[in-house]
Amino acid sequence: MLKVANLSLAYGDAQALDDVSFEVAEGEIVALVGANGAGKSSLIRAIAGMERPAAGTITYRGTEITGWPSHKVCEIGIGQVAEGRQVFPSLTVLENLELGAMLRRARAGEARNLDRVYTLFPRLAERRGQAAGTLSGGEQQMLAIGRCLMGEPELIMFDEPSLGLAPTIVQEVLKTIRQLNADGLSVVLVEQNVALSLKIAGHGYVLENGRMAMTGSGADLLNDDRVRQAYLGL
Amino acid sequence: MTPTIVATVLIGGILTGCVYALMALGLSVIFGVIRVVNFAHGEMMAVAMYAAVFLFAAFGLDPLHALPLVAAGLFAFGYALQRRLVEPFVRRPEHEQFILLLAVGVILTNGALILFGPEARGIMTDYAFDSYAVGDIIIDKTKTIAAIAAIIAAAGLLGFFRFARTGKAIRACADNLIGAEVIGLDVKRLYTLTFAVGTACVGVAGTLLAMIIEVTPALGPELTLLAFVIVIVGGLGSMPGAIFGGVLIGVSEALAGLLIVPSMKSMLSFALLIVILVLRPEGLLGRRPS
Ligand SMILES: Nc1ncnc2c1ncn2[C@@H]1O[C@H](COP(=O)(O)OP(=O)(O)O)[C@@H](O)[C@H]1O
Ligand SMILES: [Mg+2]
Repeated sequence: MLKVANLSLAYGDAQALDDVSFEVAEGEIVALVGANGAGKSSLIRAIAGMERPAAGTITYRGTEITGWPSHKVCEIGIGQVAEGRQVFPSLTVLENLELGAMLRRARAGEARNLDRVYTLFPRLAERRGQAAGTLSGGEQQMLAIGRCLMGEPELIMFDEPSLGLAPTIVQEVLKTIRQLNADGLSVVLVEQNVALSLKIAGHGYVLENGRMAMTGSGADLLNDDRVRQAYLGL
Repeated sequence: MTPTIVATVLIGGILTGCVYALMALGLSVIFGVIRVVNFAHGEMMAVAMYAAVFLFAAFGLDPLHALPLVAAGLFAFGYALQRRLVEPFVRRPEHEQFILLLAVGVILTNGALILFGPEARGIMTDYAFDSYAVGDIIIDKTKTIAAIAAIIAAAGLLGFFRFARTGKAIRACADNLIGAEVIGLDVKRLYTLTFAVGTACVGVAGTLLAMIIEVTPALGPELTLLAFVIVIVGGLGSMPGAIFGGVLIGVSEALAGLLIVPSMKSMLSFALLIVILVLRPEGLLGRRPS
């Protein structure tokens, strides 16, 4: 479905990604694991068209999308729940959701998708008229996910969706991601809680200093000594 | 000096201030969203005034009928300017943006000088000297029409940002640019639209101002300064602030003309600016930076 081949990305002199290859098959959850600064967000942002890679290719369903601007990448069906949630704080919850549906692909299904989001997150329905900046962290994360769903993506890349949230809400967010996946969405998941993310992932990739250090099934990586030592603290 | 005269002058100031407000609104919208200060704002205003003067002189077109034409022309001008010239500078340092737009302003001013010469030009409609009398207070008809048109345009603009989907998308870009990219808003296109909407405001305001005062090439830079004073007094990036500041400066100019001498009308505005900068640097309705 998504295929990243030999991708390199630099910020000025600082190399963030070096010859990275990465693949997502239709309908699976892929966990992307790595320490702080390993390049996980850079990879997601490069796929999303928010950074320009120096080399390599990104292909989605057979179409090469390397270097496409972010609005075209979203339009083709790749959604993102970004690091730090990135809601529009002074806009209302409903306005945030409406803007998620500004993509041409999502116009026709807007009403249905809004229902779906409100069913998934009843809290957002309760607070639809409230400024997004007044929501709690957990509610903002629901809004970020809901807003992404309004764009009818086929693949969603989640960048640390549970960062800074209370443990009970972390469980809820991961449950939601599993449910979305069960409903047919393909998922790239970057998650602080490495054990949990590998447990629900079909495949996992380990990034180290901008290079792909390891890859395998979620279960294999969970049992790998190096992974256990470096990322699970075991 | 009777209370009637003061009231007459005050109302005249408020009416002119409404037109100023619309001009400042354009500057505020562009800065608030794109974070680029349009240093050619007043010069564009002068262009709009010349366009209105020309349409009146050449075709006898009443400024109110010229309004949509000039607004559309300035919209197209702003659109092309942003797309071709300003866009590559959006992420460049502020002083580079400053030089770029300053250059645009200089070109516009000197273009006007070449095309129209240095003498003042105005519009003399057949209702130019009409007025309404409310008791002893005399209200200028032309200024009233200009103010009403400015208020309608400003309301339309605020409505666009509040209710239209594209308006909301533009607000979203101002609110969180990363968020806008994340959900696939076409930020470049929205910036271009914003700049065009801001210059269209100037198109409307310029046409209306041409009904009230005469235009010279030198008026452009003066209006740029005036627009800055207004948005700084009102609060940079705040739309209500631009409106309030516009009316306030209109009134202060009128009062200065009455109390001191008309040629000193800017003095009171600048004094006001200095007081605001000292006491409340974020402007009257601006948000304190946190
Ligand atoms: N906008 C940026 N400018 C310069 N360097 C950056 C920028 N974003 C990230 N980096 C650097 O790139 C590397 C990878 O960062 P990032 O992709 O955010 O890692 P992760 O998400 O895995 O924590 C880090 O060394 C980081 O400091
Ligand atoms: Mg990150």
